[in-house]
Amino acid sequence: MNYISIKNNQTILLSDIPESNYEWFYDKNIDLVSGHPERHCVNYFGYKSGNNIKLICCIADDSTHEILISTCLVNKAHDLESFTNKLLCFEKFEREIHENFGINYIDHPWLKPVRYANNRFDKSQVIANYPFYSIDSEELHEVGVGPIHAGIIEPGHFRFICNGEQILHLEIQLGYQHRGIEQLFIKKKKLLQRATLAESIAGDTAVGHSVTFAHVWESLCNFQTSRDIEFSRTLALELERIAIHVGDLSGVCTDVAYQLGSSVFGRLRTPIINFLQEWGGNRLTKGLIRPGRNQFPFTSALAERLKQVLDIFEPEFNEMVEKLFSLPSALSRFERTGVVSNADALSIGAVGMAARMTNLNRDIRSSHPFSFYPDLNHQPILKRHGDVYSRVQIRREEVEQSISYIRKLISKIEPFIVQEEILKTPKPNSFCLSLVEGWRGEICHCALTDKNGELMFYKIKDPSFHNWLALALSVRNNEISDFPICNKSFNLSYSGHDL
Amino acid sequence: MLSLILIILTATFFTGIIIRTKSIASGRKGPGIFQPVKDVIRLFKKGTVYSETSSFVFRIAPTIYFSSVFVAMLVVPFGQSKGIISFNGDFIFFAYVLGLGKFFSIIGAMDTGSSFEGMGASREALYSMFAEPAFFILMGSLGLLTGYTSFQEIFSALHLGSPISYALAVLAAFVFLMIAMIENSRMPIDDPKTHLELTMVHEVMILDNSGFDLGLILTAGFLKFAIYGTIIFNLFSGTIAYEYAIPMFFAMQLFLAFAVGMIESFMARFRMNQNAQFIVVLSSVSLLIFFGALLISGKFI
Repeated sequence: MNYISIKNNQTILLSDIPESNYEWFYDKNIDLVSGHPERHCVNYFGYKSGNNIKLICCIADDSTHEILISTCLVNKAHDLESFTNKLLCFEKFEREIHENFGINYIDHPWLKPVRYANNRFDKSQVIANYPFYSIDSEELHEVGVGPIHAGIIEPGHFRFICNGEQILHLEIQLGYQHRGIEQLFIKKKKLLQRATLAESIAGDTAVGHSVTFAHVWESLCNFQTSRDIEFSRTLALELERIAIHVGDLSGVCTDVAYQLGSSVFGRLRTPIINFLQEWGGNRLTKGLIRPGRNQFPFTSALAERLKQVLDIFEPEFNEMVEKLFSLPSALSRFERTGVVSNADALSIGAVGMAARMTNLNRDIRSSHPFSFYPDLNHQPILKRHGDVYSRVQIRREEVEQSISYIRKLISKIEPFIVQEEILKTPKPNSFCLSLVEGWRGEICHCALTDKNGELMFYKIKDPSFHNWLALALSVRNNEISDFPICNKSFNLSYSGHDL
Repeated sequence: MLSLILIILTATFFTGIIIRTKSIASGRKGPGIFQPVKDVIRLFKKGTVYSETSSFVFRIAPTIYFSSVFVAMLVVPFGQSKGIISFNGDFIFFAYVLGLGKFFSIIGAMDTGSSFEGMGASREALYSMFAEPAFFILMGSLGLLTGYTSFQEIFSALHLGSPISYALAVLAAFVFLMIAMIENSRMPIDDPKTHLELTMVHEVMILDNSGFDLGLILTAGFLKFAIYGTIIFNLFSGTIAYEYAIPMFFAMQLFLAFAVGMIESFMARFRMNQNAQFIVVLSSVSLLIFFGALLISGKFI
C-alpha cells in the first residue's frame, strides 16, 4: 500500500499519507488511472518542503466513492519522467508544477507556462512572449483573438491556425487574470477574509467554491455541520446551476443570432437571481455561504416564495426550450458543431458537463456525494454526441432536474438550529480534500495545515482547468465562425483557471 | 429625380424600422425610428482615427464606397420617371459601379493588415461573386422579355404582359430582396448585431473605420437598402399614376423593413458554409426566370 484512500471531505494527518520514491509514485498512479475510466486525477500538486518539493496526487475512484492519495518527495535538481507522456490528463498539472518549482520533465510534450503565477520559478518568462505553436506555411494563416474579449467578459488569448475558414489548431493561452488567490488564502488570516476569497475564485461559481471551502474548513476543524446548513448549500448550488444554465442558453442563442431565445432566456435568469437576493441579500450569492454558520436560514415563507417563482418560471422555460429545440435554423448550428469524442474527453480528463456530453459519467453529486445529494439519489444526465447540441441539451435537462430537486427539498424544510458549537482551530499537520459538483463540474480544494494548525498550503482546482483543452479540441476542423458558439457552449472560467 | 428623393427619404427610416421591429419583437421598447440617422450625424461631426499601419487606400476607400453607392442610386428609376442617369445598358453600369465600391471597401479592409478584416473581406468577396450571376441572369431575362436594355424602359414595359410575367416579377422580387440582404449583410447571411468578430462578414471589415469614414459607410448602407427596395417596387409599379404609386411605394418599404425585422427576430443565422450554397440558389431562381422569359417571348422551342 503506497497510497491512502479517503472519503470526500475527510481530514487525515499528513503523516498518514504514505510516501514513496518517484518510481513507485509514477508507476502506481499511472497504473491506477490508465484503463480505468471510473478513475481520474482530481488534483496533483507540489509544495515546498524544506529544500525539496513534495508532490501530492489525488485520484478519485467513482465506483468505490474513494479518493486515493499518494505522495512523493522530489528534489528539483533531478529531471523527472512525466506522467503526461503516458496519460494526457496530467498535462496541465505537470506544467503547473514545472512553472511553480522549476522541476524539469524530460519527456513532457508541451511544457509551456500555465498562468504565469506571481511566485513562479522562472521570472524571466513573461506573458508577452508565450511560446505559441506556429506554422511556417504559405497556405495556412494564423488568427489571434484577444486578450481583450469582444464580449468584454474576461481576458484570454486564442491563437488559431486556419486553412481558409477551417480551424486546424487552436492554442489557448491564459494567465491574464492571475491574482495569486492560493497565496492570499495563506496570507489572510481571518476566516471571513478567506470565505470572501473563496467566493471570488470564479464569479459565476460563487456558491460552488464557497461550499467547497466551507467543507474543507469544517472538516479541518472537525465541526459537525448541521442538516439545515447543508440544506441551504444544496439549495443554493441548484439555484446557481439553474441561473447560470439559463444565462448560457441565452448566450448560445445570441451567438447564433436567435434574438427571441436570447432575450427570453436572458429574462428568465432574472427571477432566479432575484430570488437569491430575497434570500441572501445578493443576486450573485455573495455572502450566502459561510463555514460553520447558517447565514440566512431558509424559512417556510421563503419556500413559499420560491415555489411561486418556480411555478411561473417552469412553464415559460419549457415553452422557450421547446421553441428553440424545434427551430431548424438553430438546430443546424448546434448539431455536429464542436464535437469532442468520448475517447478524447477521457484522455484529457474532462469533468462535469464537458465529460457528460460524451457519455462519460463524471458527476461528484453521484460519485462522491455530499450535502443532501445522497438523499436526492442523483442520476447524472448523459449525452452521447459531444457536440454543441449535447451541451445545450444537458443544460436544458439539468435545469429541469434542478427544479425537481428544489421542489423536493423545499417540501420538507430543515428547521434552523441555533449553533451551540463554534468553529475551533483546524487540526494541526493535516490534509483535507473536498469535492463539490458546481454547475460547471467538479471543484476540488485541498488544504494542508502546519504544526500550529495554521493553513500552510491551499490548492484550488476549478473544472475549467481540465476543460479548456476540451474546447481547443472541439473546434478542430470546424469553421472559425463556429468558434464563438463552441466557446459559449462550454462557458469556461478564465479567473477560475488563472486563480 | 423623383426616385432620388424617394430613395433618400426611404433611407432615413428603413434601418430604424428594422431595429424597432426587432426591439418590440424581443419585448423591449427600442430606440426611435430616426436613431440610426442621428447616429450617423453624430459620426459626421467626429474626427477619424487612422491606424499607423494603414496607407492611403484605407483613407480613400470609404469615400469611394459611398460615391459608388451614390452614383448607382442616380441610375435607379421610379415608374415612368427616369433616373438622373439613364442610358442603354445602365443596369450593367449599376452593378459594376457598386462592384467598384465593394472592391475598394475590400482592399481598404485588407490594408489594415488585421487578420479579422482579411477574413471578412474574403467572405464578402465570395458572397458578392456568387450574387453577381443571379443579378445578371435576372436583369438579362427581363431585358429579353421586354426587349429593352435600360432600367427605366425594362420596368415600364414589364407590366404589359400576361399573368405569367407577374409570376416572374414575384420571383424577381425574391431574388432582389435576397441580394439586398446579402449586400447589406443582414440575416440570415450575416448578423449585424453580433459582437463576435469571428462570425462577422461586413461588420468586421469596418472595425478600423471611425468618425466621418464610418458615417459614410453607414449612410451608404442605408441608401443601398432603399435602392434595392425601389428596384423591387419598380417590378410591380409599371404605369400606375404617381398619386397612387408614391403611397404604395412607402407602404411597400415599410412592409419590407418590417419583414426584415421579423426574419431577424425569429430565426437563427445560417452556418457560414451554407451561405455560399444559399446564394448560389438565387442564381438558379434567376435561371427559372430566364426560362420563363424564353417561354413567354416564344424563343423556347
